[in-house]
Parts: sequence; C-alpha cells; structure tokens
Amino acid sequence: MIRKKGRFQIKSKNLAVHLSLIFFAILAIGPIFIIIINSFKTSEGIFTGPLKLPNSETFTLDGFKRAVAQGNFVRNYANSTIITIGSTVLTVICSCLAAYGITEYTTKLSKLIAGLFTIGIMLPVTLGTIVIIKMMVWLNILNTHISLILVYVGIFVPLGVILMVTNFRTISNDLKEAARIDGANEFKTFLIVLPLVMPGVAAVAAITMLPVWNDLWFPLILTAGPKTQTLTLGIQQFVGTYNNDWQALLAGLVLSAIPLILLFTIFSKQFIKGLSDGYGK
Amino acid sequence: MKSNTLARRRRRQLLLFTSPALAFFLLFAVFPLLSTIYISFYKEDVFVGLENFVFLFTNDEASERLLYAFLHNCQFFLIAASIQLPTALWMAALLTSGRVRRMTSFYRTLLFIPTTLSVVIVGFIWRLIISPLWGIVDYPLLGEPATALPTITLMSVWQYLGIPMVFLYSALLSIPSNIIEAAQVDGASDLRIFFRIKIPLIAPQIGIITILTFIWTFNGFDIIYALNGGMPGPDYATDVLGTLFYRTFFGWGADLGNQNLGAATATVIFFIILLGTAAYFATVQRRLKASQL
Repeated sequence: MIRKKGRFQIKSKNLAVHLSLIFFAILAIGPIFIIIINSFKTSEGIFTGPLKLPNSETFTLDGFKRAVAQGNFVRNYANSTIITIGSTVLTVICSCLAAYGITEYTTKLSKLIAGLFTIGIMLPVTLGTIVIIKMMVWLNILNTHISLILVYVGIFVPLGVILMVTNFRTISNDLKEAARIDGANEFKTFLIVLPLVMPGVAAVAAITMLPVWNDLWFPLILTAGPKTQTLTLGIQQFVGTYNNDWQALLAGLVLSAIPLILLFTIFSKQFIKGLSDGYGK
Repeated sequence: MKSNTLARRRRRQLLLFTSPALAFFLLFAVFPLLSTIYISFYKEDVFVGLENFVFLFTNDEASERLLYAFLHNCQFFLIAASIQLPTALWMAALLTSGRVRRMTSFYRTLLFIPTTLSVVIVGFIWRLIISPLWGIVDYPLLGEPATALPTITLMSVWQYLGIPMVFLYSALLSIPSNIIEAAQVDGASDLRIFFRIKIPLIAPQIGIITILTFIWTFNGFDIIYALNGGMPGPDYATDVLGTLFYRTFFGWGADLGNQNLGAATATVIFFIILLGTAAYFATVQRRLKASQL
C-alpha cells in the first residue's frame, strides 16, 4: 500500500516535469513553427489564418521559388558558407596549435599567453570596429571574404584555444614520448596526438560556426557590397526594404535558418560541451 | 648551460606553436581596440586630449543621448538577467532532475533551437507575431516608447535563453553525486537539496553567466538594428550604446558620421564594460570563490 502510493507520487512528479518541459519547448519552438507553416502558404492563407496548417487550398511553394530567384539569394548563401567554413577551419587550426604549445611547453610565458586568451574570450571586439575598417581599407580587402574571416578568427580564437587547452591536458605523456623516441619532431608529435582531441575540435568548430553564420555587425560594415554580402545581412535588407512579398520573405527566412538548425541538431552534444567548457573556466 | 639551451628551445617551440593564434588575436582584436582608444584623443590628425569626451559628456544633445543609451542598456540588462537566469535555472533543474531520462537530450535540443537563429529571423518572427496584421496582440508593443524596449528585451531573452540553460545544465551535472546521495540519506527533500546544496555549489557559474550577459548586453546592437535600423525609434526609446556608437561613427540620415567621436563613444562603452566586469570580479566572484572553500 505504501509502496503503491510512493510509485504514484514518483509518476506524478515525472509527469509534472515532462509537462513543464513541454511548455518551455512549445514556447521555444512554437514561433519558429508558425513561420515554417506560413512559408508554405499562399499570401491569402498567410493573412486569413496565420495559425492554420497549410491545406490543399493554401499550400504553395511559390514563396520558395521566388526567394531563391530573388536577387542575390544563392550568392549570399555561398558567401556565408565560404566565410563560415573559412573562419571555422582557421580558428580550429590556430587553436589546436596554440593549445598544444601552451600545454606542452609550460613556462611562465605559456601561462601569460593562456591568461591573455582567457581575457580575450570576454573582449568586446566590435568596439574596435573603426580601426578594423581602416585596416581593411589599408590592406585593400574591404568587401572581400578574407576581411571577415580575419576578424572572426581574431574574435573566436581565444575561446578555441582555451577549449583545446582543456582537451590537450587530458592526453598522457606516454604517447608523445613514444613518438619522440621514434624520432618524430615536435610538429609530427602534435599531429600524432591530434586524433585524440577530436571531440574538442568538434566543440570548437560548433561554437565558432554559429555566431559567424549569424553575425550582422561585421558583414554590415565590412562586406555590405552586393557581391560579398552574407545571407544574414541579405535577409536583413530583404526584410528592411518595404516588401509586400511575404511569401518570399518567409520562405527566405526559413531557408536561411535551416543549415544551422540542422547542424546544431546533429552536433548539439559537441556544441553544449564547447559552450560550458569554454566559458566555464 | 645545457638546461639553458633546453629552456630556450622550449620557449622557441612555444612561440612557434602559439604565434598563428596570437597573431590573429593581437592584430584583429587587441590592436583595433587599443587603437580605438588612442584615436579617441584625436580630431582628424590633431591631438586634442579629452576634448571628444568633454563634448560627449557636456554637449546638451550628445550627453542626453549617451545617458539615455546607458540607462536603456541597464534596463535591458536588468530585465534580461532577471528573467533569463531563473528561467534557465528552472529548465536546467528540470533537465537534470532525473525524471525525464532518455528524453533529456530531446528537450535540451528543442529548448536550444532559438539560440541557433540569427537576430534578423528572431526579430522578424516576433514582429510578425505581435503585429496588428495577425491580430494576436492588439497593442502596438514596438510602437510605444514605454513598451518598445521591454518587448525587444523579451525577444532577446527568448533567443538566448539556451545559453544560460546549457551552461547551468552542465554545472548541475558536474555536481558529485555522492553529495546529493548523502543529503538524500539524511532525508532532505528535492527542493531543499536544490536550493540549499545545488545552487550554492553552482554559484560561481551563475556568476559567470551573469557577467557574460552584462558584457553581451552592453556590447549589443544586433537585435535593435534588426528591428529598427540605426534609428532606434520610437523617439530613441530603444537607443542603446551599441546603436549610438554605430550612428556616431557611421552617421545616419542627415547626420554625418564622425570617426573620432565614434572612437570616443566606443572607449566610453569599453570602460563601462571594464568597470562593471572588474567590480564584479573584485567583489562578488571573490566572495563566491571564498565560500566555496
């Protein structure tokens, strides 16, 4: 009798937790869901019943067709992809090298460098924008992918280094010593231990990709030209210009959000690890 | 002699491995920031000392703009932190309660999805939902000075809730289970364990996420720009330091931008962030660390 009551209590508590989480999940996903369902509707469907699912009368893919055909959509997509991949790859490479150096050659200097990167995580780099523009003008790379990649690596490499340091610390010395006895030089030794920190690499990649893809400030300032515009900036201008084509607008928004939602859903573990390890130290 | 060359070799290796990361960081993050402070003491190419700052703080219009932007940032931060932290903590507590088991990662992923969106999308989604066009809300929330900023703050809270949630989630998971089990053996209730044991143990992480929220909100620009452009209406009601900085150096409408005044504005913002962060680490975080021992 007592046991039965206990089990009932546990079950109702579990249910309460599930219900609260479902409530929060609806709050998080509901608005996105509304945008997605409306992107598949005719404009009449969008305005007469915004909360209704598309039916045979209101369903259409016209919005998507027009969004893709619209101006620079495909090119912006390519620009964002190039910039995001470029920044992420460079950040990962630099972070791994630096973190290996910091953990392998511990001196006073290595601690100083690690400290510098720790402060760097919190640095509000956007406040240096005026000088960043001047530098890009001076280097003659304003309105190029490279200008954005350089800045993003500068901004996100501190977090990457600190994350990789915690990863390299977990590797035992045995493997490195064995490699050195076999005659591997320092760089070769680095390459030999690199596969062991792959979870860290995934975390750094995940946590760099997201803010780069979504950034609005630096694309607005450094690559606002039509040829190098990113998707986020393009969508902003698409929304900003007085535009009655709600179908294309909604479809464009959905298309621009899909890559990161997918990537995050696949790599959410690495992403969460990166977030908590990187800022938590 | 031998140890000396070894030390030198190690030092060279260290610099070799760290130089690419250091180069990017120093050239494209540290140098622009320091250099911005430097040019805030200049007018064109002439050194003018504190003149730009005197202008920002004493000119009637400029000082009013600065003060209001600062107050709006404070309001933004206070609303964001006071809603975000308890909600995120609650979500994290639910996720780590051990009552959802295999569903944990499913919920966690769903709750984090808004954070993966760009501000442009977030701004648009919410503007559409609360627009009179769809008639879900029958009040121009973004059109009235009194409600515009809190509304935008809530949109931002909705978007970024995932970050403190995940952060506190990991912190709660890292609490050694023997501490919790010991309390359970002593007959402590779940609620009591949560408030008396778990929260004090993750206090440093709560502190860090608060200070990060402070830095991010005082440095923030995106969501306001996404909704209002550089002219944060209505009647400057949503003007924050970030949009003020943007207008000051880039110009907006008929106003021409001014590089040196822009740099001075950036410097002021930088010192506000620096002071806030330093004050925090000197007082709260130190006490938190001490209570940990």
